[in-house]
Amino acid sequence: MTYNFAAIVPELMLIIGEPILMLTASTMGRRATKITTWGTVALLIAATIAALVGTEPSSAGPLFGGLLSADPFAVYGKALIYLSAAVAIIAANSWFARDDEHGPEYPILILLATVGMSVMVSATNMITLYVGLELNSLSAYILASYRRTDARSAEAGLKYFVLGALASGILLYGISLLYGFTGSTQFSAIAAALGRDEAMGIGLLLGLVFTLSGLAFKISAVPFHMWTPDVYEGSPTPVTTFFASAPKVAAVLLATRVCIEALGPAIDAWRQIIIFAALASIFLGAIAAWGQTNIKRLLAYSSINNIGFVLIGLAAGGAAGVSAVLFYMAIYVVMTLGAFLVVLNLRNAAGEPVEAIDALKGLSSRRPGMAAALAVFMFSLAGIPPLFGFWPKLMVFNAAVEQGLFALAVAGILGTVVGAFYYLKIVKVMYFDEAEEELHYACGNLEAAFIGLFALIVSPLGYLLIGPIGSAADNAAGALF
Amino acid sequence: MIGIFAFYLFATLTILSGILVIFARNPVHSVLWLIVAFFNAAGLMLLLGAEFIALLLVMVYVGAVAVLFLFIVMMLDIDFAKLRSGFTRNLPIGLLIALVLLAEMLIAITAANSGPLIGDQPASTAQSNLSAMGELMYTRYLVPFELSGIILLVAMIGAIVLTHRDRGDVRGQKIHHQVRRDPEEAIRMTTPESGKGVEL
Repeated sequence: MTYNFAAIVPELMLIIGEPILMLTASTMGRRATKITTWGTVALLIAATIAALVGTEPSSAGPLFGGLLSADPFAVYGKALIYLSAAVAIIAANSWFARDDEHGPEYPILILLATVGMSVMVSATNMITLYVGLELNSLSAYILASYRRTDARSAEAGLKYFVLGALASGILLYGISLLYGFTGSTQFSAIAAALGRDEAMGIGLLLGLVFTLSGLAFKISAVPFHMWTPDVYEGSPTPVTTFFASAPKVAAVLLATRVCIEALGPAIDAWRQIIIFAALASIFLGAIAAWGQTNIKRLLAYSSINNIGFVLIGLAAGGAAGVSAVLFYMAIYVVMTLGAFLVVLNLRNAAGEPVEAIDALKGLSSRRPGMAAALAVFMFSLAGIPPLFGFWPKLMVFNAAVEQGLFALAVAGILGTVVGAFYYLKIVKVMYFDEAEEELHYACGNLEAAFIGLFALIVSPLGYLLIGPIGSAADNAAGALF
Repeated sequence: MIGIFAFYLFATLTILSGILVIFARNPVHSVLWLIVAFFNAAGLMLLLGAEFIALLLVMVYVGAVAVLFLFIVMMLDIDFAKLRSGFTRNLPIGLLIALVLLAEMLIAITAANSGPLIGDQPASTAQSNLSAMGELMYTRYLVPFELSGIILLVAMIGAIVLTHRDRGDVRGQKIHHQVRRDPEEAIRMTTPESGKGVEL
């Protein structure tokens, strides 16, 4: 048994940095909030650099007896997760500024969740997978009820916890069945056992269905999406921002790795499940979003909708499909973070954050810059061509067509059209409705810079990034095959 | 011989204390009988050679779960007489569940006699369960084991974040105030005249 600690330096940095920040917080109390916030951001950026730099082929193979892997797929995921977690921490600053309950624990909990996510994307064994997933989920439950004096936040935390525990149980049951019928928790060994069996037994099939169901909960794919709107609405907005970005990336990448690496030979068995989840997510996400009046709920349905498109890429399978999934997640994170950053900085006359869509009325005349940025994010989330959000959708459909899944691609395109309606509704409210109340914009320079940067990335200028992101995604996807 | 004697001792005590858990009037006594049942079950596990499970039973169930039960029973003011009033009404359902459990046990016993599931590897006798498990945990499964530790840390931080709050109306010990106190300021030397006392 050899331990290659050099390959997990990014995780080690986070794990070692966390107690240092926590001890600082415990001696300094609330005054340490600034230190832990920027300390965590610095740690995350340092870990990103460490992850990107430390990818020699020698360290990319299975580590710790096959429990983890630091292959390009994991590195891609880690870079995306660390950076979006850092943005989510920075975005929380101004929102929590009016809140005396905000403490140094917030960035520390995100840091711990990030360690879990980083294990999720690098796990190549069911045990590590589960431990990473729980580390992320438990931190997320606490974050959801972070404002415990707020009844809605407490409700969100409780709901998330109960449903999340149920999903973990389902996932564990699936894993135990897979283990029982293949004799291993190792992804490669499960794939080998699946490849040996010509006909798949009912036990294996059940294990596969339960495992995928548990994972579908984590990526909030229909029919396991029920928690998403409630948790997104109830949690404090910065926490929702975090939930919609990094954990989504981690869960999607985890599901991708499990499907390709562990269940790869059984693609015919899981493809139909993924296709159903994809189409159901696209259409339910698009239709249920119509009647929403709360912008956080709307963005929750938008995330369900987008996960559906990601799953089309996964259903296509193959290097092209996985590459499309990875590409999609990178752009999705930028669009979602951008949209949430704008929402985070909306204030009514009393300085309270607003969440109602009606509050956006007439935003274009008051805050043309912000309205334009939000419009860009909305158009991009809808996948309307000149904007960059169109490109990942195209890649996903392309991968599906390459695999002969024409009907799926056509249904997906139909779903895009249906979904475009509610994105356009927001744009209409901002540009064509009369304002009812004065809106304030409590945007710090840094947040404004982020909004501008993200808007630039998803604007047509983003097409310049197709080269670098595409080659990184191709490289990462290649690691799974 | 002594093994058989020990088995019957532990088994009888487990069943007896199990019955007493149900029939004890006082819920606190119920929990205490439950602890007795756990201890005897641990004894049964020891007789089977599963010393790790025996220790787990004592540490987790007696040490944590039963104590938690005790706390809840004592802290929540539950009217147990009222809870018990529906006994005859709920008896059929209870009996049904008992029957299902009995059937499951019988099936499990017959299934156990029908041969091994996968892989017919006899347990190694060279190493005790505890050392074999410890060796795996700290070598092969080092990463998940350490991560579980971090999960426990998250649970601890979470419990504090969700319940701790600064209360103004409570006097607490402020250690840094005590440590920082300067003798120069805290002590005043006076020479009071006799019979006049000190001014405070």
